[in-house]
Amino acid sequence: MSKLVYLVPLFPLLGFLVNGLFRKSLSKQLIGIIGSGAMLASFVVSLLVFFDVKNGGGATVHLFDFIHVGSLVIPFEFLVDPLSSLFLLIITGIGFLIHLYSTAYMHEEEPMHFGRYFAYLNLFVFSMLLLILGANYVIMFIGWEGVGLCSYLLIGFWFKNNNYNAAAKKAFIMNRIGDLGFLLAVFWLIVKLGTVSYASVFAAVSQLSATDITIITTLLFVGAMGKSAQIPLYTWLPDAMAGPTPVSALIHAATMVTAGIYMIARSNILYTMAPATQTLVAVIGLSTAIFAATIALKQNDIKKVLAYSTVSQLGYMFLGLGVGSYTGAVFHVMTHAFFKALLFLGAGSVIHAMHHEQDITKMGGLKSKLPITHITFLLGCLAIAGVPPFSGFFSKDEILMAAYNTNPIFYYVGMGGALLTAFYMFRLYSLTFLGNFRGTAHQQEHLHESPSAMTIPLMVLAFFAVVAGFVGIPELFAPDAHALEHFLAPVFAGSAALTHAHHLEASTEWILMGTATVLILIVILYAVTKFKKYTSTETNTGIAKVLENKWYIDELYDTIIVKPLFWKANFLKNTIEKYVIDGAVNGVGKLVGYGSRQFRLVQSGQVGSYILMMVMAVAFFIIIWFNDNTIMHFIHKIF
Amino acid sequence: MPIQYYIYLCLALFSIGIIGVLTRRNAIIVFMCIELMLNAVNLLLVAFSKVHNTMALAGDKTSMAGIEAQLFVFFIMVVAAAEVSVGLAIIVMMYRNVHSVDINFLNRLKN
Repeated sequence: MSKLVYLVPLFPLLGFLVNGLFRKSLSKQLIGIIGSGAMLASFVVSLLVFFDVKNGGGATVHLFDFIHVGSLVIPFEFLVDPLSSLFLLIITGIGFLIHLYSTAYMHEEEPMHFGRYFAYLNLFVFSMLLLILGANYVIMFIGWEGVGLCSYLLIGFWFKNNNYNAAAKKAFIMNRIGDLGFLLAVFWLIVKLGTVSYASVFAAVSQLSATDITIITTLLFVGAMGKSAQIPLYTWLPDAMAGPTPVSALIHAATMVTAGIYMIARSNILYTMAPATQTLVAVIGLSTAIFAATIALKQNDIKKVLAYSTVSQLGYMFLGLGVGSYTGAVFHVMTHAFFKALLFLGAGSVIHAMHHEQDITKMGGLKSKLPITHITFLLGCLAIAGVPPFSGFFSKDEILMAAYNTNPIFYYVGMGGALLTAFYMFRLYSLTFLGNFRGTAHQQEHLHESPSAMTIPLMVLAFFAVVAGFVGIPELFAPDAHALEHFLAPVFAGSAALTHAHHLEASTEWILMGTATVLILIVILYAVTKFKKYTSTETNTGIAKVLENKWYIDELYDTIIVKPLFWKANFLKNTIEKYVIDGAVNGVGKLVGYGSRQFRLVQSGQVGSYILMMVMAVAFFIIIWFNDNTIMHFIHKIF
Repeated sequence: MPIQYYIYLCLALFSIGIIGVLTRRNAIIVFMCIELMLNAVNLLLVAFSKVHNTMALAGDKTSMAGIEAQLFVFFIMVVAAAEVSVGLAIIVMMYRNVHSVDINFLNRLKN
């Protein structure tokens, strides 16, 4: 069955081609069926592949040689193993639900744009699948670039709005900066090892010097910073909200941002052998987690809050990777995919009901009007906040315990971030669903629950957001119950052999877990009571204002990078281009013109002067003739 | 007589001709100077021909080598005579039209 894995990316590719090429002639209904159908087909194949792998299958599927130059061979191969098959399920499963949801969410679009939308979505999923399935870094890079491109296309989907185009460009440029790091890492590998296939790289890893490994892993991490929105390259992700809401769900949950996590989890052996980089990953991850969480506290755009929460959760995943809990990170990717897709789609449902209003201070009291959205959203919030027994609790707990194992400070800071998460998620929930309605009368009249194409994905996702945690029950509750760890063990075996895990005392773990849960519940209660009665629109001052303005990071980047760059560009344009380049080009022209004008005067019409010149020329040549044969030789050669 | 004498003479005649053409404006004098150059060349041709023939005769009493050049000279003289008649006719016509034989008047043809 694993041999048929190429079908998984093939279906979305076909969907992309059909929808993209025939978008003007297909009806909207047909476009929706093709787009979602391709995803469903992929999902079915992924399921078969997954169960095949679970029963000990798995293979490297060689399709053709992609690059064959001298001794360097880069095959186009797909690697089917526990890690990739798990990601396949997440991507195609959630991808399918998002496609289904989109058919209803985007129904107002014209057929042509509707087709374009689904073509992009399919291409996005195709690129992500290529990234996941590739058996070497180059194939991964193709997918890596593909998701970057698709995110650009989808963020700027409503290209008539210039702000959206700017957001799209920002995403693309930020990603490019990261991609450069990734590309350099790949080149470094080629130079040092002459191969980029995972199997041969990981087998030959002992041949690399410690410096090489550190540099390669750091460069790869730079790539992950861009793709997975970590400090300092995270600013594109909140702006990516410009795209349609299902696209945000796709970017945040199933595709794109998890690429960095996947890449590091895939290269786990390299990272385990580079402790310095691991510390860097952990520190960056942790600072991103806490930093983004503080920003989310004061955002009023429903999607912005979710966006910063994604950045923050990605930070946790990197913390997990950094402290060597690869399983925990992948586990969190999985649970996060469910609850974040759920939250985004729920937000989409709210926005849909509110006629494209995204400001949560103008919502409130939607609980009774949108019952299904309300319940599912609440479940998502509980999951992301880490309330047991929802899925977020298990995955976050696993990462934080591993962090405590490495350095208790990581744990305390991470725990603080988790409390912030609980606070801003329930602030969002209360402002949206509790209290009184604060929007316009027109909006209130038209409040309606979304159609079933939107609520069914919500319910499915909510189910998984609740129960997905049970695949990773910690050792504390039941020995040997961590199904995910057993499943992924072959992928992380190399790293596990290098690190000797020492488990925490059961009592310490109980205390930490208990305290955390109690604190989270208190914070949730506080947030709900504080914002339930929210009415006024107080202006923020002091630190709150800084948070509302996202620590002024965009302004900072603007001042230290964008402005000087513009200044330089203007200098080049107005001075160098105008005077030096144009001066040279026009100068040559003018010189020829002036020379010609002067030389023209020689032809005066005076026969005498012509004869004089003739005689002088002859005399000149005669003199040369007698004096230097080489010149005459040269002249002979010419004529 | 050594060949050099002829060469110097011809050079002198030719130079006089050139200088005359360059400096004089009277069409008839210019014309005469052109003839002078032509004849300088003729003279040189005859001189070389004679030298050539004399050297050939030293080896073979009946040699005719180099003698053709003297025939060329006659041709040149005939052609030159024809040319002179045409040239003089032009000068006469010019004088009739503009009452002058100044060659600088000729540049009005350029417009």
